[in-house]
Amino acid sequence: MSQPQPGEVEVIDLVAGYERPVVGPLSFNLAPGRVLGLSGPNGAGKSTLLAALVGTARVFGGRIRRPPGSRIAFQGQHPPPVHGLPLTGRELLELAAAPCAGLPEWLTPALDRRLDALSGGQRQFLHHWATLMSPADAVLLDEPTNNMDPAGMAELKKAISRRSSTTAIALISHESDFLESVCDRIVRVGDKQVSG
Amino acid sequence: MSEALLSGTLFLTPFLTGLAYAVLLPVLGCYLRLRDEWLAALAFTQVAAAGALVAMAIAAPPVLGGLAAAALAALVKHHSMRVGNAIYALLYLGGWGVAVLLVANLPLAERLARALFDGQLYFSGQAHLMAAWIALPLALAWLARLSRTLLVARFLPGHLLATGRLEGRFHFGFDLLIAGALALATMSIGVAAAFTLIFVPAWIVCDSVNGWRRALALSALMGAAGYAAAFLLALVIDQPFGPVLALTLALSAGLMLLLRRSAAPLT
Repeated sequence: MSQPQPGEVEVIDLVAGYERPVVGPLSFNLAPGRVLGLSGPNGAGKSTLLAALVGTARVFGGRIRRPPGSRIAFQGQHPPPVHGLPLTGRELLELAAAPCAGLPEWLTPALDRRLDALSGGQRQFLHHWATLMSPADAVLLDEPTNNMDPAGMAELKKAISRRSSTTAIALISHESDFLESVCDRIVRVGDKQVSG
Repeated sequence: MSEALLSGTLFLTPFLTGLAYAVLLPVLGCYLRLRDEWLAALAFTQVAAAGALVAMAIAAPPVLGGLAAAALAALVKHHSMRVGNAIYALLYLGGWGVAVLLVANLPLAERLARALFDGQLYFSGQAHLMAAWIALPLALAWLARLSRTLLVARFLPGHLLATGRLEGRFHFGFDLLIAGALALATMSIGVAAAFTLIFVPAWIVCDSVNGWRRALALSALMGAAGYAAAFLLALVIDQPFGPVLALTLALSAGLMLLLRRSAAPLT
């Protein structure tokens, strides 16, 4: 069996959960240049699936194959709490080794403000930008459109398209229009159908 | 207090000893705030004080006892699998209980306990001075190695999880650093002064300024300035250093809170 290349993740008959199985069996591949969408109802196990890919959920069955040393960046649904901490947006991007260039104009003035002084939508966009533009081989985003207005969603689409040429991307969203517009392939979690 | 005392070298050694901790502890305090573990400051100082008293009871050097007890507390915290303040509250209570029982049953322990809890900085000698100024650059260099990982763990936790780099050794390394620095500081400037320096400047600055690096620099500056002012004031009014430092910084914090109500955030 050939070794996956950097950025490639093979998920084969994966069953994942915590105390007990929550999701699966499911099979899909992530590969550079492709954007995989995960959709499905609340509680179907979409977030658990991503958690299994980054090692924080338990794998009950099946396999996850990824090359050793591959860099996977993950951003969960909610940015971590930052109240009372002085980190600025620019410093957050430095931590993620993500560039400021290409950020939407409406966010640029906020870069030198504290994260806890930004709006929910600004923080959401900034955290997902930091993850998306970090030097990772594969990027996993959980509900990146939360708290985001149409302008933010449009910029996020542009960023995903720009990044997907070199990076494998998987994202969860309840916004079916958003998923349809940015993904090459959509896996419906819950009914195990694969489309696209 | 006479001018001769103020201008002489009698107080230079204790002043310089405390100054090293006045720079170091506020910087460490910013990282404790980052981890929501500020109660660690109380726990480690209390445990270190108890360790020093235990050491004295068995005729061992109190400094070694304090360092060993604080390191043991860091180990207990690391293996408790509880990141957060609950374990620190338990360690604080344990340290306090041991210290009070020792003082109650061992008359010799009373003098050392008083020095530790009142903050008798003026008894610091050359050994304390050397330890402080060796610890300062070493601790800052150690912190510089841990800093990025600690920041990423807080602000971008998915990056570390996803690359398998969220390793316990970074967190244990930080716990040991905090324990060691606070144990040394407690031996020189006392429990309350060490806690004041690690808690108050970081609290004021982290809540006010823009930028992490700026917060570190301003915390150190505020710690050093507050310390120098308190040192001088304690000499002039001939009062114990520990409570004077605690009151100076606490009143400064209260004043800044009042000012902030009617002013924009500091930049």
